[in-house]
Parts: sequence; C-alpha cells; structure tokens
Amino acid sequence: MDFDDTPQEAAFRKEVRAWIDANAPKYLEDELKQASFGSSGLKSIDPVAAAKAWQKKKADAGWACLHWPKEYGGGARTPIERVIWGQEEGVYGTLSGTFIIGQGMCGPTVMAWASEEWKEKLLPPLASGEEIWCQLFSEPASGSDLAGLRTRATRAEDGSGDWIINGQKIWTSGAHISDWGLLITRTDPNVAKHKGLTMFFLRMDSPGVKVVPIKQANGASGFNEVYFTDVRIPDSQRLGGVGEGWKVSLTTLMNERLSIGSGMSAGFPDLFKYCMDAEIDGKPAVADPAVRSRLAQFAVRQSGLKYTGMRAISALSKGETPGPENSIGKLVAGSTLQELAMFALDLQGEAGVVWDEDSPQTGRFQAMLMRSPATRIEGGSDEILRNIIGERVLGLPGDIRVDKDVPFKDIPTKGSAA
Amino acid sequence: MNLDFSAEQNELRQQVRRFLADRCPASAVRKVLETDAQYDGDLYAGLAELGVLGAAIPEEYGGVGLGHLELCVVAEELGRVLAPVPVASSVYLAAECLLQAGTEEQKARWLPKIAAGEAIGCWAINEATGRMRPEKVGATVEGGKLTGTKSPVADGAIADFAIVLANDGDGPSLYLVDLTSDGVSREVLSTIDPTRGQARLAFDGAPATLIGGAGDGRHIATQVMDRAAILIGFEQLGGADRALEMARDYALERMAFGRQIGSFQAIKHMLADMYVSATLARSNCYYGAWALATSAAELPIAAATVRVSATNAFQHCAKNNIQTHGGMGFTWEFDCHLYYRRSNALALALGSLSTWESLLIERMSAGNLEAAA
Ligand SMILES: Cc1cc2nc3c(=O)[nH]c(=O)nc-3n(C[C@H](O)[C@H](O)[C@H](O)COP(=O)(O)OP(=O)(O)OC[C@H]3O[C@@H](n4cnc5c(N)ncnc54)[C@H](O)[C@@H]3O)c2cc1C
Repeated sequence: MDFDDTPQEAAFRKEVRAWIDANAPKYLEDELKQASFGSSGLKSIDPVAAAKAWQKKKADAGWACLHWPKEYGGGARTPIERVIWGQEEGVYGTLSGTFIIGQGMCGPTVMAWASEEWKEKLLPPLASGEEIWCQLFSEPASGSDLAGLRTRATRAEDGSGDWIINGQKIWTSGAHISDWGLLITRTDPNVAKHKGLTMFFLRMDSPGVKVVPIKQANGASGFNEVYFTDVRIPDSQRLGGVGEGWKVSLTTLMNERLSIGSGMSAGFPDLFKYCMDAEIDGKPAVADPAVRSRLAQFAVRQSGLKYTGMRAISALSKGETPGPENSIGKLVAGSTLQELAMFALDLQGEAGVVWDEDSPQTGRFQAMLMRSPATRIEGGSDEILRNIIGERVLGLPGDIRVDKDVPFKDIPTKGSAA
Repeated sequence: MNLDFSAEQNELRQQVRRFLADRCPASAVRKVLETDAQYDGDLYAGLAELGVLGAAIPEEYGGVGLGHLELCVVAEELGRVLAPVPVASSVYLAAECLLQAGTEEQKARWLPKIAAGEAIGCWAINEATGRMRPEKVGATVEGGKLTGTKSPVADGAIADFAIVLANDGDGPSLYLVDLTSDGVSREVLSTIDPTRGQARLAFDGAPATLIGGAGDGRHIATQVMDRAAILIGFEQLGGADRALEMARDYALERMAFGRQIGSFQAIKHMLADMYVSATLARSNCYYGAWALATSAAELPIAAATVRVSATNAFQHCAKNNIQTHGGMGFTWEFDCHLYYRRSNALALALGSLSTWESLLIERMSAGNLEAAA
C-alpha cells in the first residue's frame, strides 16, 4: 500500500503544477478560498465568466476534459493523471461547477450515442467551456420515477422526419445559461413506461423553448422550469433508437453518480478550522468534550469518504470500472454536510441565525445549511441511492413496481403540477 | 497510489479464510462461550502452525517476518469468524510492545514463544471503571517487586506473562511479569463476551522487569495501543462485514407478507446503511494499515480514526443484524448474539469510543491540520 506517485506520475504532476502556477487566475485565489458548499465565493466577477475563461485557457493548452479523446477536445490522459490534475488544480477546480452537467453527464452520453459527425461538432466546444449544456430530464410529475415523464415528441406531419416537442421540464440546472440541452421525451404512451422514451439534444435557443428561473429555498436561482411549445428538431438530433431513450438515459445517470459523488467533501475541514478558532468558556471549542465527540464522528466520515475515493482510484488504475458502490459518496456527504452545518450554527449560539459577511467564515456554514437539503435530492435522492446499494450492491430484490407492465397512458398519476 | 492489499496478501487471506472455515465454525466459538474454556487452544495452536501469529515478528525472533499488512489481513479474517483466541492480547499488544521497547533478553525469551503459540502475553493496564488513561495508575513497583491489581485484563486468565503499567520512582512505567511467579493471583471475570475472557490480576510483590525506560510507560503504552487499535480495527471490520452478510442472507431467505423481507425498504435501507458504515470503516482501516506498515507520522491520527470508524461499523452492523433477524435474532441458537457480544466487547477494548473520539480531535488539533482535509 502506498500513496506515492510513480516516476511518470511525479513527472506529470510537476508539469501540471508548473502550468497551473504560471496560468491560474491567481487574483481569484483568495475569493475562491471563501467558497463553501452553497456559494462560489466569487464576488468580484461573474462566476460563469470566470469559469469560461479558465476552461478556455485550459483547453487551449490541452488540459480540458483530460479523460476525453483528443479529437473531441480532450487530453487523452489516464484516470490517474486526471486525479493528479484535480489535486493540483485545487481551489481553481471549484470554478468548473458550471460545466459538471455538460462535461460529466451530457458529454459522455453524446460520446456513446451520437454520430461521428455530431461528436466532432458538439464535443470540442463543450470541452473548452465555450458551450454549456443542461440535462432536461426531470418533470413536475417525474423525478425519482424518471421513466414516468410526459414531455411528448411526435413526428412532424410534413413527412420531413422532424420531431415536434411539447411539454415541460423542471429543476433544470443551468438552463438559463445553456447553449444545448439533453432531452428525454415520450414517443409512445401505448407501451410500458420505460419502452416509450426517446432521447434528443437541442439548442436551447430553438423557437418554442422558454426558460423560467426558479427561486430556490436558499435564495439562489440555479435551476429552472423549461417549457416546450411545438419545438421542432430534426431527426438527426436523436440519440439512440426511437423507444430506446431509457437505455440512453442510463449512460447519463451512471455518469451523474460518478461525477457528483466522487471526491465530495463532507465539510469537515471547514468545521475543524472553525472549532480551532471559536471559543467556549474561554477555551478553544476543540477542547470541549461534547464538541470533540461530534467532531470525531464527522472526521471519520470525512476520512472514510476520502479513502473510499482513493480505493476507487486504486481500482481505476488497475483497469477496474467503478460500480454502484460509488453511490455512497453523495449519500454520506449530503447528510453529513447538513448535520455538520447544523452543528456549526449550534456552536455559534443565537448568533448562528445571522447570515452575513460578519458571520464566522463569512457565513459559510449558513450557506451550507441552506444548500445541503438539495444535495440529498439531486442526482438521486438518499432513498434512491439506498435502493441502488441494497439492490445492485447487496443483491436484494427490487422494489415492487405496480406500473412496470402497464401501458403508460393507463398509469394513474396524482400530485403533480401538470 | 495503491490503497489496496497485494495479490500475495489476498492469497494469504484466502489461505487463512479456508483454515478458519474448517477450524473455527460457529460451533467452536460457542464451545468457548458455553463452557469454562477461556479460548480455543487447538485453534490457537493451528494458527501458530500456519505461521500467522509470527507474521509481523522478525525471523530472528522466531517469526515469519512478513509484516503488518499481512497481520491486518489475518486480523480481518479472525474478526469475521469471531475466533476465540488471544491474538490481540498476545500478538497485537504484548509482542508489539516488546518489539517497540523490550530489551534484547525479553525479546529473545518471549517473542519466539509468542510466534509459536507456546506462550501467551496479556496487556494489564486497566485498574478501575471509567475512562482508561495511562495516568490513572495505582499499581507500584519497588525494588523489582510489583504490587497492585489490574482489572479487567483480556486473556489474563490464560496468559503466561503480563505487561503491566505501574508507578515506580520515575512515574508510570511498563513491566513484564511472569504470571507463573509467586505473588500473582488471578480470578476469572464474567463478561458480556466470554469468547474473549477477562480476568482480574492481583500482584503481591511479584517479580517484575522493566520494559523500555523508567517513566516511559505512558508513552510506550500509547504507541503500542495505537498500533493495536488498527489491528483490532481490522477485526471489527471483519465482524461488521460478516454481520452484514448474515443480515443480507436472511433478508433474502425470510418471507413475510408474501415477499422476501429484503424487498421492504425499511430493511433494504437499513442494510444499505450497514454497507455504508462498513465501507467507510474499510477505507479508514486501509489508511490505518498503510500508516502502521510505514510507521507514518500520521499513525496516531490514523489509529484513532480507525478506532472510531471501525467501532461504529461493527456495533451498527451487529445490532441491525439482530434486528433483521427478528425474534430469531434474539435466540441463543442463532449466531447473531455472538457478533453483538463481540462488537460491544471490542468497542471497549483499548478504551471506550468516547476516549478515542477525544483523542482523535486532540491529535488533530495538536498539529496535523492537513489530516483534517
Ligand atoms: C439542486 C437541484 C438540481 C437539479 N438539477 C437537475 C437537472 O439539471 N436536470 C434534471 O433533469 N433534474 C435536476 N434535478 C432534479 C432531481 O433529479 C430530482 O429532484 C430528483 O430526482 C428527485 O425527484 P423529485 O424532485 O421529483 O422528487 P420525488 O421523486 O417526488 O421524491 C419525493 C420523495 O419521495 C422519495 N421517493 C421517490 N421514489 C421513491 C422510491 N422508489 N423509494 C423510496 N423513496 C422514494 C424521494 O426519495 C423523496 O424523498 C435537480 C434537483 C435539485 C434539487
């Protein structure tokens, strides 16, 4: 067992470090260090502009999407080199949040299912951050039960082979800043729900697409409602066969779990630093027995996640593929972030209720408190992740699905906004 | 980076697992539980023959000279089957202590015997209830004679020698006491887990020889216990994994309301959470194994991390294994209680969870901020 670089890895690290040292937007470093879970930390510049600028710079030098093939704008590097890059990129890596959905989920789906021509057209600008993508999956009546979606795609009646889209998506992160969207639709309501779906991609400025930002519980507006009214797209923008959308969506969802879960921090370093500084009865908070006990429990979760990640990297470097067991990353991080934020506010006493620049660490725990509920929902809720672990890792029987073999149009629905 | 055991180490695992499947079925554990036997002597002799007791003891002292990673692998397998043998006392604690701080004579006399299973050592630090701290020492040594009581002492009833923390003129120091000497008496204690026997050792002027420097007892004890915490962490990990497997198997087999109980989310999600805590513990244990094998500067933090994480996992999995089994889980006949007993006994070995939680944060705040990241 070791944490050492091989000579090649060490050489690569040196190269990366030198490039980052010479090229990173150092003037943003202090602000980026203020970033916490739920806030980008950037105040002096629009975070999207900063992200695009950094991504472009990386792409021009061959450091964008390190794991993608060169012809698609990637760096054709090994998984380990990607990890090393991430370690060396440090705080500047937090800039790339804008591209997670596009590069982490939509890109791999396009790569797996699109024609060569489309791949060459779509992927390089995605890798370089010149174009942003969003994932148009969830609907008011279908989130966890994604296959219950109702946005319709029907063939145009003019014989062109084009598709006409009508319906609504919701919770679409970044739709308001996106150039392209990956869109899953229903093409046949007469068959069982998983069988009547078809996947497309489209330009977000297509006529008939309307994006309405949603104000979130934490006051930010990162996600949106997206309405489709007679939106026309050519058949060449279909991914996979008609009726095979579910299969295509699995590529996206699998990558979603990988890119959201892995390497997530559970927030412990922030809390620990705070407990070193904060005082209880004239002594550092870390000296208080009750604090220690809570801190220790958070510490071992943080460390367990960190070394689970390293075990996954070790497996990757031996050529093994990470499997459903990686669902634990987001599952553990999500609830830990939430509990940890609550604990940090508790330590602040009544003042914990105040969320402003003067709050400890400029309000990072307040931001974390207000953002963390979403982590337990997005990209698979805690409950869905537990199902995945129970069923795919431990081999337990699937949930009973009463709608599995029923034609979609006959499935009862209730409680949706539609 | 490679945070995994090697192919050879996994081959050793298979070998030990096969051996234990054959020689340590649950019936063997029960025999120790249900009789006055304090351990399974045949099994212990078999482990010695297999060479695993001496895995981390150098060849010059009769060991196999493999290393601590190999010992971690062995520990995990022993933990899986709840092997009723004094490996922790004799190998992780007594032998480690002698390796760290023993005199040449002490090492030459005892280590070959430990490796061969011919002598058992034990670790006699505790004196009273409450948080165990090396500073709470009442036993004394004067002119090479030890007086005082140590309790509870794991495997104290079967050990040939004890390593005892006692005050001499220089403060707490560690002493080696041959338990066959005059002035030693012992009493078997009843315990929540009789498969790891506990005893009270009383010393009345028993001859004792110093281990390490006089007054260095606390320091050495801490080092030894940190190392043992990682190895015991692997035992806990093995136990947690096995308890999870038992629960999973039962959830697949037991039907209620016309379905396998594993198809109910309440059960499925409980098992998923057991998997999560066992996985976090496994990752932390591997970190600990690395620290142990390399004697890394992070060892004290890694040890406390393993201790807290593995204790969480084993207790969590063992108690929910009973829950998954319903009424059957609470019968003497089913093995669930064996894991429940061991999980709670190991949670107290080397000091309580809250002690280690506190140690972890104390150590992190003492310097190594990096380790928090
Ligand atoms: C911040 C954020 C960003 C998002 N970004 C995007 C995006 O970019 N694109 C996109 O398409 N979607 C996005 N989503 C949507 C997200 O994927 C869904 O919110 C999520 O899948 C849950 O669906 P839902 O909200 O409809 O909740 P529901 O599915 O209605 O769930 C409600 C509750 O029921 C539970 N539940 C549902 N089914 C089961 C079951 N089988 N077993 C047990 N419990 C169950 C859930 O766990 C949850 O607790 C985002 C969500 C958030 C919060």
